[in-house]
Amino acid sequence: MLEARLYLLQRATALLLAPLVVVHLVVILLAVRGGLSAAEILARTQGSTVWAAFYGVFVIAVALHAPIGLRNLLGEWLGWRDGSRDLAVLVFGLALLGLGLRAVWGVTT
Amino acid sequence: MGDTITETLAVEVWRGRDEGQFETFEVPHRESQTVLDVVTWIQRNAEPALAYRFACRVGMCGSCAMTVNGRPRWTCRTHVSEVLDGGRLRIEPLANLPRIKDLVCDLTPFFEKWQTARGRFEPSATRHDPMVPVSTESPERRAADAGIECINCAVCYAACDVVRWNPDYVGPAALNRAWTLVNDERDGDRNGVLQAVSQAGGCHSCHTHASCLEHCPVGLNPTAGIAGLKRLTALAAFGGGD
Ligand code: SF4
Ligand code: SF4
Ligand code: FES
Repeated sequence: MLEARLYLLQRATALLLAPLVVVHLVVILLAVRGGLSAAEILARTQGSTVWAAFYGVFVIAVALHAPIGLRNLLGEWLGWRDGSRDLAVLVFGLALLGLGLRAVWGVTT
Repeated sequence: MGDTITETLAVEVWRGRDEGQFETFEVPHRESQTVLDVVTWIQRNAEPALAYRFACRVGMCGSCAMTVNGRPRWTCRTHVSEVLDGGRLRIEPLANLPRIKDLVCDLTPFFEKWQTARGRFEPSATRHDPMVPVSTESPERRAADAGIECINCAVCYAACDVVRWNPDYVGPAALNRAWTLVNDERDGDRNGVLQAVSQAGGCHSCHTHASCLEHCPVGLNPTAGIAGLKRLTALAAFGGGD
């Protein structure tokens, strides 16, 4: 049932990501106002558990969603369907997770 | 309409196997002529060595499918006048299947994949058991009935891009059959079907782009059945079924 679980996980994370991406983009557009420096951004995000939670969930969802999609692409477009593909996308997912969480940690603490 | 009826048709027919070329035949154009009529005329009057398949000529057996002007079709029920493209008619073997000769493909992979998808009935009773009445009104039976008239023509299989991209994909017809069995209360191992279609190359590989539905000559909707399989297998996976 691996395929069924991956399928479900990809759909569930897509469902989660849809509103998160919208909020992410809208906030970027609204928060900029007349220009924004890195220091001003950090002043708003540091110590905010709300933004830490928001982007924490965002990163986890991306780290699950993207490797599953990449796995399908590799299988269909490159014919790469054996176990090494699963390993490669796992590494890719872990890299996304590591880099993403590090960034979240960096701007919210 | 639109196409002027000419006295003869110039018909391009694939000759050879993977290596080969189109050969053009002049075929008398008749009213109500089917593409299969054209191929048969060529075989009887111009090229006795032309290889092609048919049996019933009335849309029952599913053996006459070919690629006609780029689209997979059942040739015995396809009128030339419906498909003429500026007076042009080009006939090739079905796509996505190994070729044997001229217009004949080897359907072995197509039927093997029915088995891979557990597209065969597993009895839950013997002939000695009493008949169990099956309600024709239940939603499950209706879902099964909607997909049961498949004639195994492989038109959908030839029309499916995912089959072309992924040779492991079992394809719309096998999954359509699996869907009818999952909904057949007489089947003794419906869970086994869900397991089978959840393997790599199973229902989750489908992109839901409905090319199978668009091309199926008997109007079946494999896309809907596959969506149903995705739903049921997702529920089963959620419930921890392995
Ligand atoms: S809906 Fe699925 S099975 Fe049908 S043609 Fe598209 S990918 Fe193939
Ligand atoms: S589902 Fe339709 S197109 Fe596919 S094999 Fe059956 S009858 Fe042919
Ligand atoms: S010859 Fe039987 S379906 Fe066309």
